[in-house]
Amino acid sequence: MLSLLARIGRFTLQQLAGMGRMFLFLFSAFAWTFRPPARIRLIVYHVRSIGVDSLSVVLLSGVFTGMVMGLQGYYSLRKFNAESFLGSAVALGLLRELGPVLSAFMVTGRTGSAMAAEIGSMKVTEQIDALYSMAINPIQYLVSPRIIAGLISMPLLTAIFDVVGIYGAYLVGVGLLGVSSGSYFAGMESSVVFHDVWSGLLKSVSFGLIITWVCCYKGFNAPPMATGVGQATTESVVLCFVLILVWDYFMTSIML
Amino acid sequence: MIKVVDLHKTFGGQAVLKGINLELETGKVTTIIGGSGSGKTVLLKHLNALLLPDRGSVLVDGKDLTKLGERALNEVRQKFGVLFQGAALLDSMTLYDNIAFPLREKTNMSENDIRKRVEERLAQVGLAGMGYKYPAEVSGGMKKRAGLARALAMEPEIVLFDEPTTGLDPLLGRSIHQLIGKMHDTFGFTGVIVSHDIPEVFKISDRIAMLANGIIEEFGTTQEFLASQNPVVRQFLQRDAEGPLAVL
Repeated sequence: MLSLLARIGRFTLQQLAGMGRMFLFLFSAFAWTFRPPARIRLIVYHVRSIGVDSLSVVLLSGVFTGMVMGLQGYYSLRKFNAESFLGSAVALGLLRELGPVLSAFMVTGRTGSAMAAEIGSMKVTEQIDALYSMAINPIQYLVSPRIIAGLISMPLLTAIFDVVGIYGAYLVGVGLLGVSSGSYFAGMESSVVFHDVWSGLLKSVSFGLIITWVCCYKGFNAPPMATGVGQATTESVVLCFVLILVWDYFMTSIML
Repeated sequence: MIKVVDLHKTFGGQAVLKGINLELETGKVTTIIGGSGSGKTVLLKHLNALLLPDRGSVLVDGKDLTKLGERALNEVRQKFGVLFQGAALLDSMTLYDNIAFPLREKTNMSENDIRKRVEERLAQVGLAGMGYKYPAEVSGGMKKRAGLARALAMEPEIVLFDEPTTGLDPLLGRSIHQLIGKMHDTFGFTGVIVSHDIPEVFKISDRIAMLANGIIEEFGTTQEFLASQNPVVRQFLQRDAEGPLAVL
């Protein structure tokens, strides 16, 4: 019994220590953001790699998510003779929830995993030690620009996801299932308010932070062995998915 | 001068360094030898505070690295160049950019001056005209040469070499040793080499330190070391599996 309690205690302490290290890492990344030299070129580079390189996957998933919402929404609403509300149902669902969450999942899979793998590989091959030895802080050089780029890129990608999703649903609802184009957009216009737009975008900013923070942290702490990079990548993706969903619940409950 | 005083380091309950005392003379090349897993690289990484000890101190020109803040530590680190075991070139950059990297980050040199310096270093290590290649596109020996060029880019006072010939064939290993010797003659840096490439490494060493069982078993000039009657040293030099040094 005592040994079981000791094990639970040890596990709890380890988890708390791990969380503490993660928060210290984030604090350090923010602190280094404001210390010279400014890494503008690196931030632009990472905006490109997070934003532009994820664009195709976000476009594709956005349009198909919208199309599925159009189909499902139409058949659900038809039961209540409320097909004309398809536009507002799709827009609210995408803007408030599915846009930020699904685009964050796409970026985690597309860019977050690559980020963890790249930094993990740099750790294992002593490139991070090389930066320290050249008196260059690796957190400032590798992590801070990625976090800033994540904060910039995620809301832009989410906005794109929302727009193509709305048009994907339009394609199915109006083009295939015969919902009136006017009622699709009129319903949307009457039900969507600015709060719906910015609450979704605010969520996406926080998801951008979660993805870059977790993936950089896991890469930075990759075990120094052959399987270390793979392990760090897997852990970062799983932790991002879980944190995005948990954080989404809290944000939704605050902003409703 | 680098002075290591009573250095202790433990990893996961296993004591790797158990009280290292060592003085590395300015302008000389000191080689640290010892068996695999004896803690040579761990000791080397303490010299520029890539690792911090559990106990003891490392003094570089009188400054204790274990007590310095980040800014002061970075000032001391700029005295160092490091050639890592796998060269540790940044693989997102070309060889040219790797060598130019510390110059761009840590000096106010113009891009024209940086180009001259980088091309000079590339030529010195026999890689003239190869600067456009990425680390993944060159051989292990070329990576080491590029790593050496980067280590020397800032004209450091101290250069640390972590097993510079590991993974290379004997001829290439010899050429890397010759290159290190030539660079030492050119720049006059204080060199610290971690190696178990004996006797080749003795040719470019002024001092030899042997690390075994977590302590410095023997330290002296190359001649003194070769003449040592310390049974641990004799066993290592004669490559004898039997003796006071546990091999397996």
